[in-house]
Amino acid sequence: MRGAKSAKWVTGAIVVAMAATACGGDKSDSGSGLTDGKVDPNGTLVVQTSEPQNPLQPANAKESQGHRVLKSLWSGLVTYEPGTGKIKNINAESVTSSDAQHWTVKLKPGWKFHNGEPVTAKSYVDSWNWSANTKNNQINSQWFADIEGYDDVHPAKGEGDPKSDKMSGLKVVSDTEFTIALKSKVSYFNYKLGYAVWYPLPDAFFKDPKAYGQKPVGNGPYKFESWDHNDKIVVKRFDGYQGPDKAKNGGITFKNYTTADAAYNDLRSNNLDWIEQIPDTSLTNYKSDLGDRAITNEYSAIQDVAFAFYTDQWKSINPKVLTGLSMAIDRDTITKTTLHGSRVPATSFVAKGVIGYQANSCGEACTFNAEKAKQYIKDGGGVPGNKISIQYNADQPHKTWVDAVCNSIRKSTGIECVGDSKPNFKADLDQREKKQVKSMYRSGWVLDYPVNANFLRDLYGSKADGNQGGYENKEFDELAAKADQANTLDETVKLYQEAEKTLAKKLPVIPLWYYATNAGQSTKVYGKMPYGQDGDPILTDVQVKQK
Amino acid sequence: MGRYVARRLLQMIPVFIGTTLLIFLMVHVLPGDPIKALWGDKAADPAQVAVLRHKFGLDLPLWQQYTNYMADLFQGKFGETFGGRQVSDLMAESFPVTIRLALVAFVIEVVLGITLGVFAGLKAGKAVDTAVLIFTLLVISVPVFVLGYIFQTVFATELGWVTPSVQDSEDFTQLILPGAVLGSLSLAYVARLTRTTISENVRSDYMRTALAKGLPRRRIVGVHLLRNSLIPVVTFLGTDIGALMGGAIVTEGIFNVQGIGQQLYRAVSQGEGTTTVGIVTVLVIVFLFTSLIVDLLYAVLDPRIRYA
Repeated sequence: MRGAKSAKWVTGAIVVAMAATACGGDKSDSGSGLTDGKVDPNGTLVVQTSEPQNPLQPANAKESQGHRVLKSLWSGLVTYEPGTGKIKNINAESVTSSDAQHWTVKLKPGWKFHNGEPVTAKSYVDSWNWSANTKNNQINSQWFADIEGYDDVHPAKGEGDPKSDKMSGLKVVSDTEFTIALKSKVSYFNYKLGYAVWYPLPDAFFKDPKAYGQKPVGNGPYKFESWDHNDKIVVKRFDGYQGPDKAKNGGITFKNYTTADAAYNDLRSNNLDWIEQIPDTSLTNYKSDLGDRAITNEYSAIQDVAFAFYTDQWKSINPKVLTGLSMAIDRDTITKTTLHGSRVPATSFVAKGVIGYQANSCGEACTFNAEKAKQYIKDGGGVPGNKISIQYNADQPHKTWVDAVCNSIRKSTGIECVGDSKPNFKADLDQREKKQVKSMYRSGWVLDYPVNANFLRDLYGSKADGNQGGYENKEFDELAAKADQANTLDETVKLYQEAEKTLAKKLPVIPLWYYATNAGQSTKVYGKMPYGQDGDPILTDVQVKQK
Repeated sequence: MGRYVARRLLQMIPVFIGTTLLIFLMVHVLPGDPIKALWGDKAADPAQVAVLRHKFGLDLPLWQQYTNYMADLFQGKFGETFGGRQVSDLMAESFPVTIRLALVAFVIEVVLGITLGVFAGLKAGKAVDTAVLIFTLLVISVPVFVLGYIFQTVFATELGWVTPSVQDSEDFTQLILPGAVLGSLSLAYVARLTRTTISENVRSDYMRTALAKGLPRRRIVGVHLLRNSLIPVVTFLGTDIGALMGGAIVTEGIFNVQGIGQQLYRAVSQGEGTTTVGIVTVLVIVFLFTSLIVDLLYAVLDPRIRYA
């Protein structure tokens, strides 16, 4: 599982096509063959995946691999417009609200599941009620927490069994219309709806959820064919598909690879058409190996190093010291050399491609300046102990960049910096949750939905679940609370942008870089593979060459 | 003989209980909460975590978890993975793959290993012998993953004779390359073991007698010499079956073979106790039985050995 374990954890479901803008810097010259030959509309693809951890149920894929398969089998209410991150209706005719708390969803008529059942308002409401219920053990059940009556189907820990199997906030009006009442205002609620958890389920599913998890029936562009466990999942184009994003190929085989090296070798010999991440061992030469079939693509995820504010070291630290440490890191050089250009230096707390992203919100703190860094740390009274450590998990390839960051800090400021390695991700998480991190720790975030609130509210609010470092910033909390009460998306986004600016005054984390995927495609793929903002290709738009 | 087998079978019970208990305890002292890790980098939902912990019995005291597990095991139930699949299904998918790969590796190491060993042993000190010794030394000193990548690059990527990874694990021809890599180390040991015993026995009295009787050379080497020289080799091969069945995590990874080694690796790294203990239990049984069979084979090979 080495290679696969290091695959990113994606909760985000956002398919923002960045086809034209984001794909690699290489020009395809006519001789290279990317667009040689004709397109075969029935050609099939083999793409890399690992065995999904859970049955294929909409709210049961936390990892990007299972999620990739779900996305092919289902279509949700909305998806995201290429480039802008704005939402676009797929199965929904409209998703509207006048007060950001009460939402009305109208569906396009005539849609059918792969088993012939019609897709109705009830398919959505039943699906959500089922997924939110703690009894059904869906990993993503907490996604429904905004909806009124959620606590009845999903009681908090220690409060016994669910009281009901229906959320009171969901009401079916007609076959093509239902309403959603939220607990409080969430002006970007419709932006959350692109994620897999919100997919509908046919009636037949509820009779035997377990069997349907093995042989899923969706409403998406592909229909399920077979699942050979630990080997492959095969889906075929669904010809009765009503949506605008019809598949441009005949079907997809999701093939399980346990190591990235094996997948890369298969890609080079054309046994595999797409590899999700070039193995570290080949990062230096994959561009020459693959030519313009190499894919470099930024996606909306950020890597930081977070401070454990509960430690004696940072408890009552002068914010100037934090800024100084951040300035001591030469992000440009590290991303170019150590990371072989697979990352892009960060200048803000929110990743690119997200609504409300503002470059440079981190300001001078994210600009390398060794002289100033030293000065700031001196002015702020220095780092207690004159030594820091960065905790990371050794089962993913973090060691190299942690060492590089430490070197950079040591060289610029003379402060001793060491990596604090934990054997695996579980152990790393355990230390963070028990608040036993000694100094600093690796942290990161992949988007859930493309609104800046997702990168801010859920990470830096003093009460947020994702705030494991114990960061507190009154100004930020106040602005975030105001933003959450706003009636429109624009207002929310603006207020969060202001809140983001307050973070620069006292850094909660040191933003390091945004992620980019280094992937590759085989010679069978026609043109460059289009990518979404979650770092995954838009499989329906991939075309296959005629043999 | 019957009493011997019965005694050996009885001895297996404490060994079996001891090893499963040990593995069970070891899985549970691994740091971190496997359920929370299902949420990855994102914050886990305490309510759902509690429900899942209860579902998998992880909220019980450790001794109770163990007794529950053993009680289920004796009814033939191996439990469920975190993904809700039966561990027995998982094993039913992976063991055949591993068995096929192990079989290919085993055949390669037995046939090639013994042949090389016999030639080297008969010509001890000659050029053939030196060549075999150098070759096996080379194989022993090169780590398996290096050999794996070299084979893959040469035979698959460069020459294109085979695909770099195994596309269909039911196709034995595709398993030859990973099988050769997997069996290479044991092949070297088998060759060296055979060579040593052969070169010793070739000077023994019964060999001179056989020669004096005018028996054909083929019969002398094939029956008299080989049968008497194979005991240490058989011992080695017996334990090697267990090792091959345990899956070769490295080889399986390089050639993308979805065998038991990969499952075990995944289960351990995810802290999935049921799967880990289940697979190890089966492996323990395989080990115990192969060692019993090896011991019984001694009597077949050497009539002087008798079991009362």
